[in-house]
Amino acid sequence: MKFQPDIGTPIPRVDAKEKISGAAAYINDIDMPGMLYAKTLRSKMAHGKIIKRHYPTLPEGYAIIDYRHIPGTNIVKAIYEDWQIFPVDEVRYIGEPILLVVGENKDVIIDILEAIEITYEEMEPQFEWIDSVIHYHYEKKHGSRPFADANRIIEHTYETGYQEQAYIEPQGMIGYLDQDKMTLIGSIQCPYYVKNAVLMALGWENERVRVIQAHVGGAFGGKEEYPSLIACQLAMAVIQVNKPVKLIFEREEDIIASTKRHPAQIAMKAAIDSEGHIMALKVHVGIDAGAVIGLSGVVLSRAMIAATGAYTIENLDVTGDVYRTHSVPTGAFRGFGAPQMMFAIEMFMEHIARNLGKEPLAYRMAYVAKQYDLTATSGTFRDPILMQKMIEEAMKRSRYEEKALQYQNLHRYQGIGMSFFLHGCGFTGSGEATTIKAKVRLRREASGVVHILIAAVDMGQGVRTAMRKLVAHMLEVPIDQVIYDLPDTDCVPDSGPTVASRTMMIVGGLVARAAQRLGMEPQIAVEIEETYHQPSEIQWDEARMQGDAYPAYSWGVNVVEVAVDPVTGEVSVVGAWSVYDVGKAIDTLMVRGQADGGLAQGIAYGYLEVMRHHQGKIQQRNLTDYIIPTAADMPPMETYLFDNPYAYGPYGAKGVGELTLVGGAPAIAKAIEMAIKRQITKIPVTPEMIMELMTHGED
Amino acid sequence: MAKIEWMLNGTPISSDIDLSMRLLDYLRDHQHLKGPKEGCGEGECGACAVLIDHQIANSCLVPMANVAGHEVVTIEGFAKTKRYQIIQQAFIDCGAVQCGFCTPGMIIATESLLHHQPQPTISEIKVALSGNLCRCTGYNMIIEAITLAAKRGRGEW
Repeated sequence: MKFQPDIGTPIPRVDAKEKISGAAAYINDIDMPGMLYAKTLRSKMAHGKIIKRHYPTLPEGYAIIDYRHIPGTNIVKAIYEDWQIFPVDEVRYIGEPILLVVGENKDVIIDILEAIEITYEEMEPQFEWIDSVIHYHYEKKHGSRPFADANRIIEHTYETGYQEQAYIEPQGMIGYLDQDKMTLIGSIQCPYYVKNAVLMALGWENERVRVIQAHVGGAFGGKEEYPSLIACQLAMAVIQVNKPVKLIFEREEDIIASTKRHPAQIAMKAAIDSEGHIMALKVHVGIDAGAVIGLSGVVLSRAMIAATGAYTIENLDVTGDVYRTHSVPTGAFRGFGAPQMMFAIEMFMEHIARNLGKEPLAYRMAYVAKQYDLTATSGTFRDPILMQKMIEEAMKRSRYEEKALQYQNLHRYQGIGMSFFLHGCGFTGSGEATTIKAKVRLRREASGVVHILIAAVDMGQGVRTAMRKLVAHMLEVPIDQVIYDLPDTDCVPDSGPTVASRTMMIVGGLVARAAQRLGMEPQIAVEIEETYHQPSEIQWDEARMQGDAYPAYSWGVNVVEVAVDPVTGEVSVVGAWSVYDVGKAIDTLMVRGQADGGLAQGIAYGYLEVMRHHQGKIQQRNLTDYIIPTAADMPPMETYLFDNPYAYGPYGAKGVGELTLVGGAPAIAKAIEMAIKRQITKIPVTPEMIMELMTHGED
Repeated sequence: MAKIEWMLNGTPISSDIDLSMRLLDYLRDHQHLKGPKEGCGEGECGACAVLIDHQIANSCLVPMANVAGHEVVTIEGFAKTKRYQIIQQAFIDCGAVQCGFCTPGMIIATESLLHHQPQPTISEIKVALSGNLCRCTGYNMIIEAITLAAKRGRGEW
């Protein structure tokens, strides 16, 4: 056997050169002969009945596309099917797309949009969280019954705001007819989601829709379900004009109209015994779906399942509601419900300890989950948990104890906070086995070149590099003998969407199994297929939310250090340290890229990124007033990885992408608490909130 | 419409053009130079950055009238230099590229910085990048890449 370096040793990213030179084609860089442009007319009303539509006489070559052009079902296929492609007679949020104007000249398109008159009858909008569309409940062991015997009950309510994905490349897609095949190229995370949505909207047979991925300029969940809507609308336009049509969002419409992270309100209650131990927790999670439920039920279940974070609590009663309102739809965003819950449980554990007069760190450490403990949903943590060692490492690297002691005792407006967290890898519950049923193929040509045939999208996380590296490493061939083109549904099987930190662990696991079989195959030109089978020990009862919600968990510790300006309330992030168990890094440099970028988003979610609506109207319109971190806002970051190989992951790999975001907000919120010596229950912790807390807040 | 004389990627050109047209549109639509990207259209993200007389500028905010008599270099033009090769390799070695949409703008920002300050400090790098948004990396790996490029390219700037 040839010498092989450790799989984790970094290699150059396979697409780095074309991206650096600007040659990599993103959707807006692609032009086609005879291509037209489309632009969207959006609702200006949060809730209204469309009484009348006045369309101007159109110049030749221009078209208006609305609900009347939908040949199939007027629904965007997502999990909860309440998402209209175009409204018929009722608008439900500001920014809802009513129609497209299509044509050659962008200025003429604008003139037509301005000449269109929609007459509404205003209806009462609902912004309160009262219309619960989805309600879930589960219990662990004795549920809330221990509350009856509690010595003391402690309760706090936590709130989190919107977060915008703010990928630097806005949403976009091109549609065209190739013979009689509807073809869509787009900035997308999930080629088969788009294909299946367009099939349903058109009512066409499977072979007549093809979806191809362009280079994706960032996604973070924002290009999971949302591009399906654009694709359905564009497909209608293409049929009408019978020419290629390009639809690219302007930043402002992307911000006001595309899906965001769900705002959440999480009420937590703990039953405490006479010695100060937690007997039981009662948790209620409410999330705001906006006007469209879509994926919200799955977001809610991930949040609820994460109710105890990285801790083991013996008895639990967890309920949750998805509320429908007349505001912008919320949807997938890296972490998918977990960031909200991780903020709540991490702050609550800290607050319980302080309310009891106990040292918070020691108090929290005593509850950190251990191998063979029961999970929140009464499954089992089967694999080793390295958290005790990881916490020690994080404390040593950040000099946590020394700094905490100093900052707690001095009024210097400095603080350091540490979060413990986990993230379930792959789809929640039985999703992988029953819904996704991932399929992958490897094809070896007579020349020996191997093609990886999967639908996983490289949106920056580096999956094309990682998968090629994986296969090359297993087959002991140079990486340039392994090909992985941008996915095209006509060429690759449905290996599932690029979401849920599943790509390396689940899809990569299948690819590794296929590579192993390929390595033993005597015939050169051959194709190998692998299909996902749930490990038999993983059992999940969907209706009762009981059992193993995930096949495996990744774990993390974040430490964030801050300084707060006592005059302005402004927060400077001084340092950040992370320790992760992602099983095994397939490339340590790429994992560090995820770690840095995820933590930046997580920290910013906690203190910087403010988005609000007023009567359904998003108050932030662009990247000037929706602030994301610049280079000046980010501190040096140090990341340390602990190997803890997972049996079914390739080389032991588990999920990475979302884990790195979920601990940032509680870590910085705890650091700010230490700096200002006030209790924080709400993010983002803005300077205004800090000034208010310093004047009126509780210790 | 009016005629302007200017330099694009080292070539003198004379354009008969609407003076209010955005430089970004001219580059992408008329010259098919797709390296400068449109991320926000209002000078906030830096994805459309180009060099005008060695100085970084957001081409989405520059009307064609303003390029008359000046030298514009896009990522495509800069890619032909040795300095580009040094920056490119440093970005690859430091893992500074993820989705890549901000990357050409980051390379332009790097060149603009190193042209004016060949051995920048970390805080000078942070200031130089403050007009270029990246949502993937958290910036540290980009800052490391620029530090490495400055070190490797000593004497080139």
